[in-house]
Parts: sequence; structure tokens; C-alpha cells
Amino acid sequence: MNKPVLQLISLCLMFFGAVSGGYSTENRAIILQSTTSTQNSGLFETILPVFTGKTGIQVNVVAVGTGQALKNGRNGDGDVLLVHAKQAEEKFVAEGFGVSRQDVMYNDFVIIGPADDPAGIAGSNNVLAALATIAKTKSLFISRGDDSGTHRMERALWKKVAIDVARHSGNWYREAGSGMGATLNIAAGTGAYTLSDRATWIAFGNKQDLKIISQGDTLLFNQYGIILVNPKRFAHVKATEAQTFIDWMVGPEGQSAIASYRLDGKQLFYPNAR
Amino acid sequence: MGEISNAFAIAFDLILRADAELSAIVFLSLKVSMIAVFIACILGFSLGAALTTFRFFGRRGIIILLNALMGLPPVVVGLVVYLMLTRAGPLGILGLLYTPTAMIIAQVLLITPLVAALSCQVLQELNGEYDEFFRSLNLAPGARMKALLWDGKSALVTVALAGFGRAISEVGAVMIVGGNINHVTRIMTTAIALETSKGTLALALALGIILIVISITINASVMLVRASSEARADV
Repeated sequence: MNKPVLQLISLCLMFFGAVSGGYSTENRAIILQSTTSTQNSGLFETILPVFTGKTGIQVNVVAVGTGQALKNGRNGDGDVLLVHAKQAEEKFVAEGFGVSRQDVMYNDFVIIGPADDPAGIAGSNNVLAALATIAKTKSLFISRGDDSGTHRMERALWKKVAIDVARHSGNWYREAGSGMGATLNIAAGTGAYTLSDRATWIAFGNKQDLKIISQGDTLLFNQYGIILVNPKRFAHVKATEAQTFIDWMVGPEGQSAIASYRLDGKQLFYPNAR
Repeated sequence: MGEISNAFAIAFDLILRADAELSAIVFLSLKVSMIAVFIACILGFSLGAALTTFRFFGRRGIIILLNALMGLPPVVVGLVVYLMLTRAGPLGILGLLYTPTAMIIAQVLLITPLVAALSCQVLQELNGEYDEFFRSLNLAPGARMKALLWDGKSALVTVALAGFGRAISEVGAVMIVGGNINHVTRIMTTAIALETSKGTLALALALGIILIVISITINASVMLVRASSEARADV
């Protein structure tokens, strides 16, 4: 009876060795708290290997909504944040959780909707008028509902047209509480409108009969910022490696890597670091 | 439904090519779940045997609790482990968040009650049969537990498989504590969730098909080994 038990224990130790052995090569790895839009669009898979190849620093991406990324950053669970909600980012830095915030890149948001366009707003480049019409016609609208950067933008837009969407929640206004892709899946399945960042939309594989209904309004500008989590506050933050990464992202190499990322021949992110 | 037939084609292709990325994900899935099951079995079987052998106040309460915890929602387990392991949490200093170890911890918490409750049930039945025999030999509790576990091993294998099934199919907890980091903590279920959110449904389903095939293979091989060892024992 003892022999198999010993075998099992040694097998278990082997497994543990294999698991923990994985870490030793990763002590120069940093954790990047970022958004689903940057992950789902495939940007990181293209540009991060370039950075790792040059510096030997591995970047581990945790993709969550901007709200959760900022929260995780407040807990010290990450070295760098790449998110898109400028006001909240500046607050994060002002409160001492981050060192400084820099612009990295931008793209824009678009209103996605079913091809048959029940609200009759296709082609409009006035996003406020488009949203007001969606509300007036009570056309189905799927909100992210997850406190992400996109959700914050959407709430700001509803506020501008003075529509209290909370009153219509569960009716024509539906809060998915999910990432961008999952929200687009719901919109595709129910023939509804939604607000999406352009990168996720272009990369999204289940468009069915959804299309871009409204775009081009200057209000729909989508700015991404990068922040170093404050090493004075969290001693474990790998400040040197993280700063190397930030410098690369806002420097000429990172900026041109971002600019050259294309999907279906379309540029997804436009670098604008100063 | 083009997506579904497409998914089978993609799954077949991925398996035939022995896709390196996929193999790494499958390997990590198996590693995390197998270690978790192994630890949960050590804890769960001992707990089950102890609850069968010893009579003490509150024993029934513990058994009821374990049975209830079999239905523990994975997201809650993930959240609790996250709050423990986050840098701001009590165990934050260990730096375990977003590592496979964190995923193993979550899965152990998730399946230990299942293994303990089911093995308790199995061993109690066995104990009913053996009770008089044990008494006649005047066996010490430790020896009783040992005898119960040894003679119940065949049924306990099924219990371990049930635990493995829950571990390998789980997504809510490992997503929160592992972070679904490419090449570090991405496993089959979190990869499926990611591909679904990218709208690449055929690939997501293909990964699902592969996961099911792996589960069937593991279950079948364990059953075969068990059947052959029982056959040998009969000789």
C-alpha cells in the first residue's frame, strides 16, 4: 500500500516543481492591467512580442473593464495601467495610486446597430440626435453596464441628451454587465443598438447583420492613457521594468508599432503620445 | 448552423496539427485541475473517513454543511480567494494573484467539499456493512479509517473523477484569480470565454469540443484501469 502512496506524493511534488519552476523565468515580468478592447482587438499580441524581444521583459496582460482595472490598481495588483477614462485616471494619479498619466493612443467610438435600423438613424454623424431617437422610438439598446471606459462614455452621452436611462433599464435599455465582445454578442442576438470602440468592432467575429450606424461625431473621441502604479505606495511594483515599458509605448518604437497594427487593412489605434 | 459544423472542422484541424499554443493551454488546464483534485482528495477523503469513524457533537452539522457547499458558486470562491491574495489583502505579500497557484487554491476550495461529502456518503455505507466486523476485531479508529478508505477505493475513484469534472470545467473562479493571462494563466475554459467575447464562436466551440474529448478520455482511462485492477483482484 505504501509504494503507490509514495509514487503519488513524488508525482505531486513534480507537478509543483513544474508549476513553480515557471515563475523563475518570469521575475522580470510585469502585470499590465488593461481593457478588453485592447486585448480583443489583437493589438497586444502584435506589439508586445516586439517589446519583449528587445528588452527581455515579459508583459502579462489582465484584460478587464477600465473601472475594474483602476480598482485592481488601487489594490496594487499590477505594475502598469493602460485604460481609457481620462477623468478617472487623473483622479487615480491625484490620489497617489499612480505616478503620472500619459496619452498613448486614440481611436473613436461608434454606434452599432441592426442593418434594418428600426430607429432610422443610419448615416447620422450627430451621436446625441441618434441616441435621442433611439430613446424616443424605444429601440432596444444594450449597455455595457460594467463601469468600463466605454460604459462611462455612454453614460456621459445619455446625460448630455438628458435621458435618465436607469428608468428604462430592463425595458428598451438593457445593461449587459459584460465586456465589449459579450455585449456585441447580445446586440447581434437581439437586433439591438450599442456603443462600441472601433477596434473591438473591427476585430469582432460575430457581426451577423450588425453594422456601424453612426460615427464621426467629435464627442466620440476615445483616448487611452498609460499609468505607472506608484512604487512608493506598493513596494512590490517593478518600477524599472514598468517604466521601461511605458517609455517604449510612448517612444518612437512603440508609437510606430501601434500605428502599423492593421486588421482587415484598417488602422485600429492612432498613436498620440507627446 | 454553419458555426457548429465549422467548429468541428477547426477542432479536428487543431488536434491534427498538434497546435503548440493549444497544447500549452491544455497542459496547464490539466496540471492545475489534477493538482487541485489531488490535494482535495487528500483533504476530502480524510475528512470523509474521519466523519464516518468518529462520533462527536456537531458531526451531523458538518456533514450537512459539506453537502450544501457542494453547490458553492465558483464566482464567490474566486472573489474570496481574490480578496485574500490581492496585494491589499491579508495574503497579498505572497504575490500569488495571477499565478497558477492561485487557480489551484480556488479549485481546491471549490472541490474539497464535494469530495468530502461524496466520500463520506460512500464510506458511511461501507461502514454500515463492516461495523460488526470492526467491533469484533476491536480496531482502533485509525485502522478503521485506513480499512474503509482501502476497501472503498473503487468508489472513491469515481468521487475523485466527479471532483476533476468540476475543476476542469470551471471558469468563474480561475478567471478572477488567474486573470486569463496569455501563456501564464490561460486555460481551456478561460480561452473559450475569451474567444466567445471576441465573437470567434467557431473557434470557441472547437476548444469546447476538445475539452470534452479530453474529459472523456481521462474518465475512460481511469475506468479501464479500475476495471482491470478489479479483474486482477478477483483472480
